Amino acid sequence: MPKSGKPKLAVWKFASCDGCQLSLLDCEDQLLSIAGKIEIANFAEASSAIVKGPYDLSLVEGSITTEHDEERIHQVRKASRFLVTIGACATSGGIQALRNFSDVKEFISLVYARPQYISTLRKSTAIADHVKVDFELRGCPVSKDQLLEVITAYLGKKKPNIPNYSVCMECKLRGVVCVMVSQGKICMGPVTQAGCHALCPSCNRGCYSCFGPKETANSSSLAGWFLQKGASREEIVRLFRGFNGNADAFRKESEYYEE
Amino acid sequence: MKIIERSNFGRLIELLKEAGYEVYGPRALDGGLVYDHIEKDSDLPEGYKDQQGKGLYRLEKSGDPYLFGFAVGSQSWKKFLHPAEQRLWKAKKTGNGFTLLDPEPEPRPRMAFIGVRACEISAMTIQQKVYEQAAALSGNPATPDAPPFIVAVNCTHPSNNCFCTSMDTGPRVRSGFDISLTEILEDHSHYFIGESGSERGADLLAQIPSRQATEAEISRGKAATDKAAQSISRSLDTHGLKELLYQNYNHPSWEAVADRCLSCGNCTMVCPTCFCSSVEDTIDVTGQYAERWNKWDSCFSIDFSYIHGGPVRNSVKSRYRQWMTHKLATWIDQFGTSGCVGCGRCITWCPVGIDITEEASTIRNSPKTQEP
Ligand code: SF4
Ligand code: SF4
Ligand code: SF4
Ligand code: SF4
Repeated sequence: MPKSGKPKLAVWKFASCDGCQLSLLDCEDQLLSIAGKIEIANFAEASSAIVKGPYDLSLVEGSITTEHDEERIHQVRKASRFLVTIGACATSGGIQALRNFSDVKEFISLVYARPQYISTLRKSTAIADHVKVDFELRGCPVSKDQLLEVITAYLGKKKPNIPNYSVCMECKLRGVVCVMVSQGKICMGPVTQAGCHALCPSCNRGCYSCFGPKETANSSSLAGWFLQKGASREEIVRLFRGFNGNADAFRKESEYYEE
Repeated sequence: MKIIERSNFGRLIELLKEAGYEVYGPRALDGGLVYDHIEKDSDLPEGYKDQQGKGLYRLEKSGDPYLFGFAVGSQSWKKFLHPAEQRLWKAKKTGNGFTLLDPEPEPRPRMAFIGVRACEISAMTIQQKVYEQAAALSGNPATPDAPPFIVAVNCTHPSNNCFCTSMDTGPRVRSGFDISLTEILEDHSHYFIGESGSERGADLLAQIPSRQATEAEISRGKAATDKAAQSISRSLDTHGLKELLYQNYNHPSWEAVADRCLSCGNCTMVCPTCFCSSVEDTIDVTGQYAERWNKWDSCFSIDFSYIHGGPVRNSVKSRYRQWMTHKLATWIDQFGTSGCVGCGRCITWCPVGIDITEEASTIRNSPKTQEP
């Protein structure tokens, strides 16, 4: 603990777009209260002052895509008492894990004028593939309410109220009429973890699975249903290969339909 | 029995509002039916019909001016009687303990429900029994809210998924209503046959412009609901069903349904009798303020059966079996009736069209009897 007696919070960035960290800055009203309870020791988005570790609570954004990051995540783990991964990149590899399904060398030679300067791993992987993670917060980006809940629960020494059930539950809790059953729209909600309060279905669209697979996600049943309802195999591959395409339950499904 | 012309139907809503009720009824919204505030008769889904199948629902214009030419939608009245999310109390930290803030429950409005179907009345009775039993067990019987004013509608347009005739709950209401209506649409006339089921129902009915129904009109109403009952093709054989399910705890069909089931929880959310909820405590960042919430939960979620050491129902097989066996068997031991009223919602709103009647008949047609 630092002299202030307040727990130290660190925010770390790996391969990501910064959107999840920004969710924390987005908690304007609550940020002052958080700052009163916790010492923000390392948060490049908010302040350039860096306090030395160890840290009590580390929030890790982004996936592992380079050898350097592969080493750095172990240092972060060593310096952190409680490590929480935030967002689809950190929890499943993110949208950049689409490379896992192709030949990354080919991409590099197409995109960069001097590919020899680029050093990158063949795959983009989740933080939990490298170090022990204490809690995973899903979403692309994470929901600011859930982020606050995790920090609040940490401070209050309680279990965070983060359900791992389906988006369908949120549809029903808020009274949204199912877009798949009533309009025949393709929806990933039944295999996707809650967290967005059924944002897309409430706007009359199917769920895109920003929050990744729910607990015991039955991807093969839902994919089979999509196929039966006229979706093409390519469409099914695309549906399961989104922000969380590298999550086990989704990766296996998209690979099956690609064959 | 009274005849209320369609043109006078609006008076019913006005009179309920004048009597101080908040009036709720079906409305067409986003391709479905929702139960919501009703201000006037034009808020009702006039001229709509529904098409229901396994994992399928379509609300369409019918070309007929029926006000109630459809069966039930995804929502049930439990959303008003036992809301999905409800704050139980709020408190602030004081010293080593806490103090409850305004502990008085907020007064709930007097509610009137229009368009309640026979199966839904049965569901309300079943749920009420559950809550009464729970309150008695807690040794803290809750003071009941004033019962809602119920304007029931006898079904003339059952859906493909209705099976109230098997569960002995419909399509005609028998009790538990203040006013019941049968909607009749003929070549040149459109009227409702109204009947009162309570004193307050009779009082209200007497104020709506109406005339005495003729014998012919009464039998026309009866014929309309008889025809509805005959048109119901889905069925569930309830004979010895409880014992059958108890004896087939390890039937291979549970594995088969688990391959399809998404454990998404839709069936329990839409079921008008499912009552499970969980209690959630929240605190704010300062740690000085806390709330306790009651929230609908589902036996299909893994955390639902989480006790010290881990979840009891890890597999989807055990979750589906728990749900169906509770609805059709253990409910009888627990509360004295079936937990299913045959409304068909779980079949319609299951994203992959799992059908409780089909699952039950699979087991009946190939029972693998063994020790429970
Ligand atoms: S709209 Fe999607 S998420 Fe919502 S209930 Fe239907 S399938 Fe589930
Ligand atoms: S199950 Fe029976 S009572 Fe319920 S809506 Fe269908 S026909 Fe009406
Ligand atoms: S189990 Fe299904 S058919 Fe039976 S009451 Fe519940 S939702 Fe209706
Ligand atoms: S039976 Fe259908 S609605 Fe119920 S949990 Fe399984 S997939 Fe979801």
